[in-house]
Amino acid sequence: MNVGKQLKEGLISQNPVLIQLLGMCSTLAITTSVANGIGMGLSVTIILTLSNIFISLLRKIIPDQVRIAAYIVVIAGFVTMVDLILQAYFEELAESLGVFIPLIVVNCIILARAESFASKHRPLAAAVDGICQGLGYTLVLVVMSAIRELLGAGTLNGVEVFPSEYAVQMLALPVGGFLTLGCLIALTQWARSKTGQGGK
Amino acid sequence: MQWTTLFDIALGAILVNNFIFAQFLGICPFMGVSRKMDTAVGMGFAVIFVMGLASALCYPVNLLLDRAGLGYMRTVAFILVIAALVQFVEMFLKKSMPALYEALGVYLPLITTNCAVLGVVLLNVQNTYDFIESVVYGITGGAGFLLAIVLFASIRERLEFAEPPKAFRGFPIALITAGLMALCFMGFQGLQIPW
Repeated sequence: MNVGKQLKEGLISQNPVLIQLLGMCSTLAITTSVANGIGMGLSVTIILTLSNIFISLLRKIIPDQVRIAAYIVVIAGFVTMVDLILQAYFEELAESLGVFIPLIVVNCIILARAESFASKHRPLAAAVDGICQGLGYTLVLVVMSAIRELLGAGTLNGVEVFPSEYAVQMLALPVGGFLTLGCLIALTQWARSKTGQGGK
Repeated sequence: MQWTTLFDIALGAILVNNFIFAQFLGICPFMGVSRKMDTAVGMGFAVIFVMGLASALCYPVNLLLDRAGLGYMRTVAFILVIAALVQFVEMFLKKSMPALYEALGVYLPLITTNCAVLGVVLLNVQNTYDFIESVVYGITGGAGFLLAIVLFASIRERLEFAEPPKAFRGFPIALITAGLMALCFMGFQGLQIPW
């Protein structure tokens, strides 16, 4: 097991959003403010880690034919837990993330890691993988929401940087989500072609 | 039953609050299955079908949960209903309509993890729609998805022959195209029925 390598894979070379192109819906939808981005990223990281551990523990018991359904039930259980915790202690965050918290159940990142990693590795390795992939997802969310909040509303995590009259409000709207993510992925592809990491 | 309410819901689901462009639900299949026109159409119709059925089925399930005081189990219950429904639809189509089954192929099981389906049943609860409103919202939400994916697929087929800068090739340019389409759909934002 190599923690450093897994961390590098999660954050950069196998980043779930920028390279594997998973979990688009939530990435586009909730990155309107930095607080949302961090909250969503950490929620997904926690759920991903817990479900990875659990699925890895159960990997020899779950029959192959019904494994996807079993994974979804495990994930849904943890999502419900996090949903209730957020509603109890972080009301504001739960309000602004809205329907996207229960929708973490169908976030492809979690199912993809369960299928491709947790079901084949020991619990400890699966936990590290969950944390690393979750942090990679959080990183993208924070970068994207920082760009969109700064340029779209003139604030950064609620603190005014420049007057909002000069902001490009379009970036805070759905349009901005698509454009920002498109540019970020283009940047990744450019960087990969520069470093010769076998871009497309 | 007020026809105007239903019309309002339908108009909202298809144009004003389009699932793809305004609510960001169902982006994964929208990006993944829009390379070719015929698969995009197939996926669109499969989504309408499943979203309508899921809305209809989850309504009584939600009533049951509420009566039993198990509201917190909603997410788990809904995803199970959807997974079972998709499995059932798959088996049904295989037996009775093999042609359609062949056409939809791998896209049917993928619908389970389509967030538009789980999204629509959760939104039904959130908006406190009754049974008919839920079904209308489900079907028209799917129709909005079909409209979006068909438009997008037809642009993407031409995009194959375009020459964007190297870094933008493939996925990024598709995202930017979707962004521009979202901009167009913002034009519907002020749409309101006058009565």
